[in-house]
Amino acid sequence: MSGQPLLKVQAVETFYGNIRALGGVDVEVNKGEIVSLIGANGAGKSTLMMTICGSPHARHGSVIFEGRDITQMPTHEIARLRIAQSPEGRRIFPRMTVYENLQMGAGLDNLKYFSEDVEKIFKLFPRLKERQAQRGGTLSGGEQQMLSIGRALMARPKLLLLDEPSLGLAPLIVKGIFEAIKKLNKEEGLTVFLVEQNAFAALKLSDRAYVMVNGKVTMSGSGKDLLANPEVRAAYLEGGRH
Amino acid sequence: MEYFIQQLVNGLTLGSIYGMIAIGYTMVYGIIGMINFAHGDIFMLGGFAALIVFLILTGLFAGIPVVVALLIMLIVAMLMAGLWNWTIEKVAYRPLRGSFRLAPLITAIGMSIALSNFIQVTQGPRNKPIPPLVSSVYNVFGISISLKQIIIILITVVLLSVFWYIVHRTPLGRAQRATEQDRKMAALLGVDVDRTISVTFVMGAALAAVAGTMYLMYYGVVVFTDGFIPGVKAFTAAVLGGIGSLPGAVLGGLLIGLIESLWSAYFTIAYKDVATFSILAIVLIFKPSGILGRPEVEKV
Repeated sequence: MSGQPLLKVQAVETFYGNIRALGGVDVEVNKGEIVSLIGANGAGKSTLMMTICGSPHARHGSVIFEGRDITQMPTHEIARLRIAQSPEGRRIFPRMTVYENLQMGAGLDNLKYFSEDVEKIFKLFPRLKERQAQRGGTLSGGEQQMLSIGRALMARPKLLLLDEPSLGLAPLIVKGIFEAIKKLNKEEGLTVFLVEQNAFAALKLSDRAYVMVNGKVTMSGSGKDLLANPEVRAAYLEGGRH
Repeated sequence: MEYFIQQLVNGLTLGSIYGMIAIGYTMVYGIIGMINFAHGDIFMLGGFAALIVFLILTGLFAGIPVVVALLIMLIVAMLMAGLWNWTIEKVAYRPLRGSFRLAPLITAIGMSIALSNFIQVTQGPRNKPIPPLVSSVYNVFGISISLKQIIIILITVVLLSVFWYIVHRTPLGRAQRATEQDRKMAALLGVDVDRTISVTFVMGAALAAVAGTMYLMYYGVVVFTDGFIPGVKAFTAAVLGGIGSLPGAVLGGLLIGLIESLWSAYFTIAYKDVATFSILAIVLIFKPSGILGRPEVEKV
């Protein structure tokens, strides 16, 4: 399987009813890469993340993971291929404790590595350790964000999809999360595909990036190139530097 | 005083049966947001399955011990009811998931009518009696407690504990609660949502079948219309306790049982159902989400 991307999204079109949210998107993510997707609100970034997980399914085009067509596969089976997502809106289970939310993340292995992995998550986000007996719905936005990422990591993913990991977090914590992602990528070879509003931080972190406008990818390149690109700078970076 | 306590015991017995049925209503409502109106008929079906097993057993093995007979009745009734409810969910409710809210509700009412008519046609329209299975009665400080009542209350306590354990301490229960709280996210984490919903229907049906068997043992008779009134009362119990809440369903069941037997004891028995439903109405006026139900607003 050498030379083949881990994830290949080909000419994907996704609809909500009759409204076309994605109009033929092509994206590739190679093993061991951090790839980001930037774009304005409503560009279809989150839709692409959910389409990869089959919720909703793409109407046209295909999603290939490890050489396998997963376009029409049920969402739970896609998850079992180790594609984990921290989705838009975080989607913490509000009436489960923080601990149980993390257990849900480790459900694929029947909690086999749970005690080992949960310590890692608690080290990454010590706040979650303090709050472990609290119900998810009572956490602050930032804490929920940490929990959502932690829960996705508990699945020992081959591909981690992060939808706006910096949303609602204090700059210092954002920095911490981005460093954590980088570290997981470097040390454990974790492949990450992330959507970010915080384009500057995302591009700096990423090997490659895509820019999305109105349901289509309009630009792509290495993080560095896009950071230097005047169009990208004007649209997503100037004045928005964090 | 003794009379009062006597009525309490009777009410608790009846309430245990309602509570066991109510759990099925509340769990299904919790997980897919629909009222399974056929659930009362699953309870009745459980009673019939137990009856048939009883007839077969006593026909084949004349001197079979009552404990063994009861146990086999329970198991077969649970399996049968579970299989029925599983099938109903699969053929009647699942295809309608995602359509407008009233569609599965109407289907459920249709399913309820279909089930009771099916039993009427195949088993006959008359009351089906069985001879008393257990008839010992104990006298404790002037209160008579029958062995039947003890068995019912004991089985209820045991089953509810097992149930509580499954829902709160096992991966299956976690998957059920996750599906209840956010179906899409549960799927993203690898939970097979359809299967989890099926299992929930089977679990609810198994409890209803136990209730049906207990009902048969307690009253010594079952008839095809039995799904309706006890079914509606158990549904009332689930609403009274707070639909979606497991402890609420049990509490609601016990309350309805107590109200019924106390009202019958001190006032006109003909009005016992009026009293029950009046109290439901009053509670819902002051606490629309039921006694243990949670208000809709939630910080997410």
